[in-house]
Amino acid sequence: MDRKIRVLVAKPGLDGHDRGAKVVARALRDAGMEVIYTGLRQTPEMIAAAALQEDVDCIGLSILSGAHNAIVPRLMELLRQHKLDDVLVVVGGIVPEEDAKALTASGVGAVFPPGSSLQAIIEFIQTHVRPAASLGAAPR
Amino acid sequence: MSLKAPPAPSQPAANAAAAAAERHPSEREQAWQRDVLAPALEKSPERPAEFTTISGRPVQRLYTAADLPPDFDFERDVGFPGQPPYVRGIHPTMYRGRLWTMRQFSGFATPEQTNERYRYLLSQGQSGLSVAFDLPTLMGYDSDHAASEGEVGKCGVAIDSLEDMETLFRGIRLDQVTTSMTINSPAAPIWAMFLVAAERQGVAWRQLAGTLQNDILKEYIAQKEYIFPPGPSMRLVVDTIEFGARETPRFNPISISGYHIREAGSTALQELAFTLRDGMEYVEWALRRGLPVDAFAPRLSFFFNAHNDFFEEIAKYRAARKIWHRVMTERYGARDARSAMLRFHTQTAGVSLTAQQPYNNVARTAIQALAAVLGGTQSLHTNSLDEALALPTEHAATIALRTQQIIAHESGVANTVDPLGGSFFVEKLTLDMEQGAFAYFDRIDAMGGMVAAVEQGFPQREIADASYRYQQALEAKRKIMVGVNEFTAEEQPVPTLYIDESVREAQTAKLRALRARRDNGAVRRALDALKRAAAGDANVMGPLLESVRAYATLGEICDALREVFGTYEESALA
Repeated sequence: MDRKIRVLVAKPGLDGHDRGAKVVARALRDAGMEVIYTGLRQTPEMIAAAALQEDVDCIGLSILSGAHNAIVPRLMELLRQHKLDDVLVVVGGIVPEEDAKALTASGVGAVFPPGSSLQAIIEFIQTHVRPAASLGAAPR
Repeated sequence: MSLKAPPAPSQPAANAAAAAAERHPSEREQAWQRDVLAPALEKSPERPAEFTTISGRPVQRLYTAADLPPDFDFERDVGFPGQPPYVRGIHPTMYRGRLWTMRQFSGFATPEQTNERYRYLLSQGQSGLSVAFDLPTLMGYDSDHAASEGEVGKCGVAIDSLEDMETLFRGIRLDQVTTSMTINSPAAPIWAMFLVAAERQGVAWRQLAGTLQNDILKEYIAQKEYIFPPGPSMRLVVDTIEFGARETPRFNPISISGYHIREAGSTALQELAFTLRDGMEYVEWALRRGLPVDAFAPRLSFFFNAHNDFFEEIAKYRAARKIWHRVMTERYGARDARSAMLRFHTQTAGVSLTAQQPYNNVARTAIQALAAVLGGTQSLHTNSLDEALALPTEHAATIALRTQQIIAHESGVANTVDPLGGSFFVEKLTLDMEQGAFAYFDRIDAMGGMVAAVEQGFPQREIADASYRYQQALEAKRKIMVGVNEFTAEEQPVPTLYIDESVREAQTAKLRALRARRDNGAVRRALDALKRAAAGDANVMGPLLESVRAYATLGEICDALREVFGTYEESALA
């Protein structure tokens, strides 16, 4: 099975600042991944449905507004319900350190704060997605 | 493993060569190049750095008279402050007459808590207010709406009804301060709440001074906090401009904003060009409404970013005044001098501040604020050192205000007008900015104007490309961000402000009580009248004021408008 890593980049919540989401989406694509960008104001329900439909290996959430505690646990719960708990979830944005610890404890793979390098995000996804996906996705 | 980024563009080198070819150095300069420069370069070559601005514009080693056009006439092309084309400033005495307004953008949690912060800031010498609203307010949802979960009071203050607006300004006479409100899609209803709050304080609308951001075009372009489609949104803006021209002669109904365009990743030139072209679009829509240009243009105001690249920013502000003068007089036939005088607020660049080593942000902000002052700003917000982490603590907000006071009272830069005027580098950059902006205007005009360009995704694409180029430059360390991709260190976190979910509970309880107490029949009648006005072509400000007086909530008002106007979604491009 030779397939590229498929990533859903999503922007949940009411915030419209999409610079980070767009830059990361483009960098992941340039790194050889297949990227689906949901656009703005996605609810956890919409994100879980898209993840299921697109059969993604990773979900990248961009949250700058402080709404992560309302959004991320709900999404993790929905992923479990849809039997998508092997999908890697990463979060980028402004998340207080205490909250970041709670998010990773709830199953989020990593939280990338402002100033994270694109390379670090790419490498993390490549080394942490479920094995079936990473097999065929060796960097060329 | 590599990023597989395209090779670094050789554009800067090509541009530099083209620029060099246009120069006509004097004999003395040629002699200097030959006798002084060449041997020096031979002995010790320059650093291998890329000498470009943060926007990627190449910068020469030295600027001389040879860099200005052969027919450049300083007194004609740059002139004097307070005189067209206003390159050197809009007042003849600038800060010797009056310092800029120190206006710190602030708002968080409940109206009660923000009111306390406002009174504190005013007691510390701040000279104007600037309201930051939370995301549900910016998107026209009440605090108890499902979409508001997790967002109430987080990025600003939650305002659900007139009651909250009155609380926000409790103990602050609205004719004693100038008030700026950062609100866009729901600007008209929020302004109506502000006007009625003033009325209840016994303050006449004619006495009110301040600014409504109300710039929907840059929302589609950059910040993406839109509710309605572009057509009805532009109509709401023109309704406020028309109402303001009649009722609030000291209030700016719009602040045409480059700030968010820049934060989204544009270059300095794109910020300048898209913002001014947005301004022209509003002028054209107001003219089509039948308003005479001089009836509204004097109250159009602007809002720019102050980013890291010191001279590029200063040139941007100087060019903005010159360009606005030219388009208002030549393209729109303005006769009133004030119609062609560009007044602007500045905020230092939030996006330039780092979560890493946050105390370094004090230095960045000071340099950016200095650029805004040297560029002749009318008012200024300086960001707090914890900008990349959370909303500011009181301590961080105070240092930010003190930074402005140090520039104003200690640095000496306020003693003279436009101290950089006549610098070969600054004048050349100013001319380049002007030329570049007009080239963008031509492209946007050819697309059918800014609304059409936005619908085609043109400015959005330009900005996304620029922001990706900059991120790649950071990754490759062609650009350095201190503490992020160089000079990194482990360190202790700084204390930050944490806003919990209790704000939503408090606002929800107030909403429940309000809905039980008010005359719900009157609310329904007012909202019906609003819908009729919105569906026709009457100015909606009247029915909005009536809805606010009946204590209709912001969410109810925006729902009424959604019913008539529909909502907007952009196609997801990344």
